Amino acid sequence: MAQHILSSPFDYDLSSVNIGDSVLLKGYIYTGRDAAHKRLYELASENKPLPVELKNQAIYYVGPCPAKPGHIIGPCGPTTSGRVDKYTPLLLDMGLKVMIGKGFRSKEVVDAMIKNSSIYLAAVGGAGSLIAKCVKESSVVAFEDLGTEAIYRLYVENLPTIVAIDTKGNNLYVEGIKKYKR
Amino acid sequence: MKEIHIDTITSEVEKLCIDACCNIGDDVYNSLKKAMDMEESPSGLGILHQLIENIEISRRDVTPICQDTGMAVFFLELGQDIHITSGYLYDAINEGVRRGYTKGYLRKSVVLSGIDRINTMDNTPAIIHTSIVPGDKLKITFAPKGFGSENMSAIKMLKPSDGIKGIKDFVFETVNNAGSNPCPPIILGIGLGGTFEKCALLSKQALLRNLDEENPDPNLALLEKEILNEVNNLGIGPQGLGGRVTCLGVSILSYPTHIAGMPVAVNIQCHASRHKEIIL
Repeated sequence: MAQHILSSPFDYDLSSVNIGDSVLLKGYIYTGRDAAHKRLYELASENKPLPVELKNQAIYYVGPCPAKPGHIIGPCGPTTSGRVDKYTPLLLDMGLKVMIGKGFRSKEVVDAMIKNSSIYLAAVGGAGSLIAKCVKESSVVAFEDLGTEAIYRLYVENLPTIVAIDTKGNNLYVEGIKKYKR
Repeated sequence: MKEIHIDTITSEVEKLCIDACCNIGDDVYNSLKKAMDMEESPSGLGILHQLIENIEISRRDVTPICQDTGMAVFFLELGQDIHITSGYLYDAINEGVRRGYTKGYLRKSVVLSGIDRINTMDNTPAIIHTSIVPGDKLKITFAPKGFGSENMSAIKMLKPSDGIKGIKDFVFETVNNAGSNPCPPIILGIGLGGTFEKCALLSKQALLRNLDEENPDPNLALLEKEILNEVNNLGIGPQGLGGRVTCLGVSILSYPTHIAGMPVAVNIQCHASRHKEIIL
C-alpha cells in the first residue's frame, strides 16, 4: 500500500492511485452534503451555471459543527456518501475528480467514476475534531441559507484519507472485507 | 413532596449536552485502545489510532468528538413524589437543549418535518422517554444519536420458532447491510421481546450500558459474547474497510413478549457512544 500526497486541483492523472493506499490531501476542497447536492443537481439539470466550478475539484461530504471562537472550523468528519449517490454521476460528468466521504457508493456512481477517471477517498467517520485540525481556511461560497449544509471552500493540509474506490472501479469496501472475513 | 424548579433542569441539561458530546466515556476510550491489540489490518490500525487521538483532542479542546452531535434523546426516570415547579418539564428539557447546543457550538441537525426539511435551528424538539418510578429523585440521561448509525438500525418481528439462530441471523444481516455507514467499530444495542415499539426502545436503552459492564443475566451475557465474536468475524473492520475490529460491544435488553411473537430490534451505535446522566 503506497502513500501519496495529493494536491488539489487534480489536473493530473490519478490512475496510479490504488485502493488501500493512504492519501494526505492538500489544497482547496469544497464541502457539500444532501441539501447542497440537491441544489447543484437541479441547477445542472436545467443547464444553469453552478455557483462553484467543479472541474478537477474535490467535494467533501461534510456538515461541520459551528466553529468555536479561535477555531477555523468546528469538528468536520465525513458523512455517509451514499445519500448523495443520486446526484453524483452528473457532477462527475461535469468534471468532479475526487470525492471524500464514508461508506458504499452505488453502481451508477462507480461506473461514472471509471468513465471520468475519478477516485473516492474515505476519511475517518467520527474523527471530527482531528480532521478540523487539518483545515487551515474556511469560507462559505454558496447556499449560505443551508447553514451547516452550505458549500464551504476549505484549505486543507495533510487531511488523512484512504483510497476506497480507484479509477478502475476497484472497491476497498468489498475487497477489504473479503480479506478479513472468517 | 420534593420540589424541583424547571430552571435547575434546564441548566443541568445544558451542561449534559456539552459534556456528553465532547467528553466520551473512558469505557469507549479504553475499548478502542484494547482494540489496537486485536486489529490485524494496517489501515484498520491507523484508523483506530486516529479515533483515539480524536477523543484526546476533543477532551482537551472541549470540541465535539463528532460533527454529528445528534438528535437529542433523553431517558427520564421521574420519581412519583417529585413536584416540578414553575413550568413544564419537557419545555425545560428543550430549553436546555437549545442553550447547550448553542453554547457548546454543537451542530443543529433537526428538521421540522421529514417532508419540508426546514432546520429548526436549535436542535429541538428533543426525543424524551419518561418512566415514572418510586421515590423523589429525577434521573436525566442524555444520549445524543447521530444518524449515520441510526439510519442503519432495524427491527424485525420474528416467529417464536426462529429461536436464537433467527435472532443472530437478523443481527448479522443488519450489521452486514450497514457495512461502513455507521462508522465501525460499532456498538450493538439489541432489544428482545415486548411489542414492536417497546422492542425498539429496549434496543436504544441497551446502549446506555457502559462497555465495561456485564449483563446481569448470565444467558444474555453469553449471547452477547457469541454475537460480538461472530460480528467481528464478518471482516467489516474499522470504517468498513476490512479488519478484525467491527464491534466493540453488544448489549441486550429483554422484556416479556406475546406467545405469538419474538420482536428483535438492533440499534446500531457508532464508536461515538455518548451518554451522560445526572440525578437531581
